[in-house]
Order: sequence, then C-alpha cells, then structure tokens
Amino acid sequence: MKNFSGKTLFLDRSDINTDEIIPAKYLTEITKKAMGPHLLEDLKMDGFDPEKDLEGISVIITKENFGCGSSREHAPWALEVNDINLVIAPNFARIFRQNMFNCGMMAVEIEESKVNEIFSKFANKETSITTDFDAKTFSINAEDLSLKLDFIISGFDEALVKAGGWVEYADGNY
Amino acid sequence: MGKTTAQKIFDTHRIDRPSEGIEVINLDAVFCHEITTPTAIVDLMERGKDRVFDPTKIKAVIDHVTPAKDSLTAMQGKVLREWAGRQNIKDFFDVGRNGVCHAIFPEKGFARPGYTIIMGDSHTCTHGAFGAFAAGVGTTDLEVGILKGICAFLSPETIRIKLTGKIPAGIYPKDIILHIIGSIGVNGATNHVIEFTGPVIDEMSMEGRMTVCNMAIEAGATCGICYPDMTTVDYLWPFISDDFSSKDEALNEYRKFVPDEDAVYAKDLDMDISELKPLVTYGYKPDLVKPAAELSGEKVDQVYIGSCTNGRIEDLREAAAVLKDKKIADSVRVVVSPATPDIYKQALKEGLVEIFMESGCCLTNPTCGACLGMSNGVLAEGEVCVSTTNRNFNGRMGKGGMVHLASPATAAASALTGTITTADQL
Ligand code: SF4
Repeated sequence: MKNFSGKTLFLDRSDINTDEIIPAKYLTEITKKAMGPHLLEDLKMDGFDPEKDLEGISVIITKENFGCGSSREHAPWALEVNDINLVIAPNFARIFRQNMFNCGMMAVEIEESKVNEIFSKFANKETSITTDFDAKTFSINAEDLSLKLDFIISGFDEALVKAGGWVEYADGNY
Repeated sequence: MGKTTAQKIFDTHRIDRPSEGIEVINLDAVFCHEITTPTAIVDLMERGKDRVFDPTKIKAVIDHVTPAKDSLTAMQGKVLREWAGRQNIKDFFDVGRNGVCHAIFPEKGFARPGYTIIMGDSHTCTHGAFGAFAAGVGTTDLEVGILKGICAFLSPETIRIKLTGKIPAGIYPKDIILHIIGSIGVNGATNHVIEFTGPVIDEMSMEGRMTVCNMAIEAGATCGICYPDMTTVDYLWPFISDDFSSKDEALNEYRKFVPDEDAVYAKDLDMDISELKPLVTYGYKPDLVKPAAELSGEKVDQVYIGSCTNGRIEDLREAAAVLKDKKIADSVRVVVSPATPDIYKQALKEGLVEIFMESGCCLTNPTCGACLGMSNGVLAEGEVCVSTTNRNFNGRMGKGGMVHLASPATAAASALTGTITTADQL
C-alpha cells in the first residue's frame, strides 16, 4: 500500500482540469517519471507557484470537480511520481477518480461543508494530514489545531488500494 | 421496473458486481491511439503480461500527431505499430490510412448498437451516437481492457435530454450541444450517461449525432447515447448486410436497446431549441457559452476546422458553403483538417478542397494535431482561435492561447472577417 499521509497543499479552486495538472504537451512521454517536474505547471491561481508550493507535499485538498477534462492517467502519475497519493475534494471527475484508485492511490470525497471548514481553519497554516486506512479516518494537524474526520470509500476501491491497483486485481480475480 | 439503454446494455454484458454500485462488464471493442496506448503496452510488458484478449476486437490508429513530428512522437507510433504486428491486430491504421479515431472507427463500422466500447480517450463517448455504451478510460483501465476484455463501471444512471422544436436555419448540432453544456454545466452530468432524444435527434444524421455525443464528456457524462433507428441502420448497412436479411430486421434487433417506457431517470430535461442562436464559448471552460453575436468584432488570429467533433464531411460542407467564392481575411490563417482519408477524398470529389484552397485555407492531412496543441496549427502566446473542436481549456491549443469553440459555419464566417462573426452577419 502507498503512503497517504503528510504535508498538505490547499488548492482553493474548483474545476481544476487535467491540462492544469499536467499539460498535454507532455503526453508524448512514455514513462511516468518524465511527468515529475511538470505537475500543476499550468495552474493559474493567485499566489500559487508550483516550484515552491509543491515542496515536500504528500496530500492535496481542493474544491469541486478536481481532475475534470481529459481522461489522461498522466494526471495521477504526475501526482504519484511526486509522492502525492491522496487528494481530498467534495467530488471528482469520474475518470480521474477511477484512475487514482486504479493506480492504488486515493481520491476521497468529503462533504463540501467539511472541506470548507478545513479550508477556513487550516489553509493559512502549515498543515499535515495523517490517514488511518483501517479506521478510515483522517487527522488534520497544524501547530495549534487538530481535527479528526471519518471518510468512506467503497469496498471495491479499498480492494484496489490493497491490491496495488486494478491490473493486479483484475488479473488475479477474472 | 423499466430500463434505460445503458442498463439494457449492461444486462447483456455484466460478469460481476465486485461491490455495491460497481459492475464489471465485458467489452465488444477496445479502441487505441498512439498517445495513451504505448504507456499501457510498456506497462503490460514490464509486468510480463504482453497479451491481448482478442486481436479482432482491438482497433488501433495513429492520429494525434501524424506523421510524427519528432523523436518522441515517432517512438509512440513505433510502439503502437510493433505491438499491433506482434499481437496480430489487423485493424491498425498507419500513416496514410489513418484518421481521427472517433471519425475513422465509426466510418469502418466498428461502433454498433448495444456494443460496449472503451478507449483511452475522453471523447470515446462519440460512439454512443450508435446506441452503444462507449466510455473514455485511463491507461490502467485500458490495460485491463486489452488484457482481459473487461472494464469496471459505476452502475449507470441516466439523464434524459429531450430536444424539441424546429432547428432554426443556420443552427447546427455543435450549437445544440454547446447550448446543452452551457445549460447544465461542466459538471452537470458527472457519473451519468446522457440519452439524447426527441424530434431534433430523430431528424439528425449520424454525423450530427456524433457531434452531439462527442461533447457529452464536456458536461462530465460517461457516455452520450442516441437510440438506434433507421438512420443508424442505413449508416451501418454496408457492414451488417450479411448479418440481417433486411434493414427492418436489423432495426428490430437494434430496437432492443431503446429504453423501456417506464425506464427510471436521474433527471429528465426538455429543451426547446427553436430560438437558438449560433453560439461560441468565451472562457476556459466549455460551459461558458454565449450567442456568437455578443462577441462579434473580437479579433481572431486562427480558425481551425476539424477534429472528432466537427471534421466530418457535413462539417466541411457547412464551412465550404460559407467560404465559397470568398477570401479569408488577410489577418487570419485557417487550418482545415478533414478527419479521415475517406472524408478527404469525398471533399475532393465535391470540390470542397478547391473552395478551401481558393479562399486561402491550409489543408492538412487527417490528424488531431491542432486540437490539443501538439502539431499542425499550434497557437502562440496571446493568440485567439475560433475552433470547431471540443475543448477550450487554458493552453489546450498552445500555451497562452484562447480558444472559442464554435460550429464550422461560425468558424468559416469568422475566417472571412478576421473577427468573431456568425454566417448570418456576413
Ligand atoms: S480531435 Fe481533439 S478531442 Fe478529438 S480525439 Fe483528437 S485530440 Fe481528442
């Protein structure tokens, strides 16, 4: 199983699409590693600088419809090779969400009001999220503040995370 | 309880329900192109699983960058080409015989009513125009599709959009789908199938239905579906005439995939399109839609006519009708990419190619190139393009470029003035 805990990046925008996560011009690459330096390079957001802000990040929390746009799995790979295996949002584009679990990574949906609460309390602080996969909880921690939160993933997604992805699961089960 | 089209298709293809709300179905076809498939092939090789479930059900094409523009894209083509040879995949369309995937595969009869189809490409929803369940997937799903001929989906929930009224003159399927996306939003159909129905669809050609279904993904939909009818049967007849004794018999068979009257829908929408005006998008999301007349006068650097949305023969006719005997503005460049070799040949035969060239357009070979900013018409920083494609995301056709999505008629009219213009403003 992959690592789902660590320093957290807040992306306060909805509809962040796959072109912003990894620009189409890198689709000519055949390996995952080549995506690494280009994660979120085209994301237009006030005050966001991918070179500085991605340093040491393991978790992303963001707003609605993250990963919309193209079906490219390069988007989760760009995250994966940067050791970001967990994205939290109120909801995701279908293909992106499925791609994450297919790679043994997690795209976890949390109620919008909760996401907003986390943004308002933690977004300006150095924050880290710790995942307890068996208990299905996140603990969100900043210097002076902490919050515990349950999350739900389907039995199938759980099996994919445990198997390390869909190729292994499918070849083993069908 | 009645069933929707997608539910009926799932009923005939389901092999497992690994978890509440998840269905594993077997696949009638797996489509492949050179951008997303090589990664799947390389990964399967690395896992020691370089096999395919059935070479006759796999169709592959080089279309995004063709002919190759550099060593990287040449390598993508090579990986796909060698794999097709090694795995005995006969339906592989190499340079010269290739065209945009969602145009060439239907043209070859590979999409049929009741089929289940996946591809590592989000506009796979196009093939729903034939009454198929066709969905874009990521590379891992593609790998499993190639290896096992199966895919997992959420149990399909459906939104039905009934299009009524009379299509006004100068309004095309592209305007209709832009209107729908503008109304329901980029997230309006996420995780849902859309059934497009009503008299407007009944009257539409297969080309028009493909344009509409093509952009279902821009509202987040898994697939856009039109019900199989005589238009579908007529289009497919060259490929199915051995399987049925008459067109009526074929239609009877395919009607199995028309939804039951008491089918249950997540949402049921009615849209009257009688008052529709030519539309364009005006921002970085395809649901930011306005009447083109409201943007009229805005300067345009490039016009692009092509893609899996609007690179078919009807689209070329629509654009050529506007350009005939006229010259494009000096300040603008126009790139036209017929979507397949057959469309190109047909355009030659009908004199459309001559119209384009006389008016000052550049014709390319069949390719996606410009649509995703990879070749054959990439925008420079700060440039504006009126494009018949399906995506206006920031950087889509070139970093710092602005894309206004429009119908071929509006694109052609804008080419003549060098500013955003509708055909009826000329
Ligand atoms: S034409 Fe554009 S949208 Fe269609 S398959 Fe090619 S790149 Fe994708």
